[in-house]
Amino acid sequence: MLPEISPSGFAPPYPTAGGRFQPGDAVRVKRGEAPGHIRTPWYLRGRTGRVERICGDFANPEELAYHRDGKPLRPLYRVRFSMAELWGADVERPDDTVDVEIFEHWLERADAA
Amino acid sequence: MPHDHDHDNHGHEHGHEHGHEHGHDHFHHEGMSPSGHPYRADNDAPLTHWQRMEIAVRELLVEKGITTPAEIAAQIERMDARSPALGAKIVARAWDDPDYKARLLADGSAACREEGVEVEALKLVVVENTATVHNIVVCTLCSCYPRNVLGLPPDWYKTRAYRSRTVKEPRKVLAEFGLELADKVQVRVHDSTADMRYLVLPARPEGTEGWSRARLADIITRDCMIGVAVPRLP
Repeated sequence: MLPEISPSGFAPPYPTAGGRFQPGDAVRVKRGEAPGHIRTPWYLRGRTGRVERICGDFANPEELAYHRDGKPLRPLYRVRFSMAELWGADVERPDDTVDVEIFEHWLERADAA
Repeated sequence: MPHDHDHDNHGHEHGHEHGHEHGHDHFHHEGMSPSGHPYRADNDAPLTHWQRMEIAVRELLVEKGITTPAEIAAQIERMDARSPALGAKIVARAWDDPDYKARLLADGSAACREEGVEVEALKLVVVENTATVHNIVVCTLCSCYPRNVLGLPPDWYKTRAYRSRTVKEPRKVLAEFGLELADKVQVRVHDSTADMRYLVLPARPEGTEGWSRARLADIITRDCMIGVAVPRLP
């Protein structure tokens, strides 16, 4: 279940060279199991949501954690998921949402429902 | 040493306060203060590896003239001086000044600077509560928190219970904080996993028309700006 998105229309206040996704796009979080320091919480793996906004381009924390420079910078998105998508239909309210910041390399395009 | 970093290995304090219940017959008061609270143990245990490392690195930095004890103390003082009063000042102005509110929602950090709040590297996203949307902030990975505008996070914010339950059953969590939401209200949870930090802009309660910003700020509590409460009239 994809959340309703009314794109905020805010320009990202932090610089971005422009990523692959736009607000409103349906995206799926990759199922990868990379070792080490990761900022993509486990409960999102394989789940589909919609881009709420692009935050800007930021150093990759998976590199920074090991004292590398984090480059190239990666586009960071806020992606909105419905509770039903994350936890199944048996939730408090299926259309409540969770917004999470996810770096572009963890996202793939999903067919819009 | 206090740290101002999120996503690190610190941030848990272990005390022995209030680990008991009052009024149970089987409870023994040996080792208790006269008021029945356990004494906190002296910290005579050996230093942990990381405590030793912190002291070693700090002393080296001082020896090499890179920093001074006075600078370190001043920085700790600055961190300790931050409190939810900073966030309350921001919210009160947003309630009182629609143009400011628009700028705050567009770029939280820039709007804080405009109000004289030093946000340093903080990238603040402000999310607005309305008649139909309630926002609540959590960090499931650790304990990210907008320290520049709210000070240090409360201990419960760092607990596994709050972090794991808020993304799954926010309404139960809110009910335990004493907040029951109307059916028409949608809950938006914000999980701070990366570079942004979040501040909830609560809805201005009815009955506050004509109030000064200072009076408004008095009802804007820390919990309102995390999203586990809403402002209430005294």
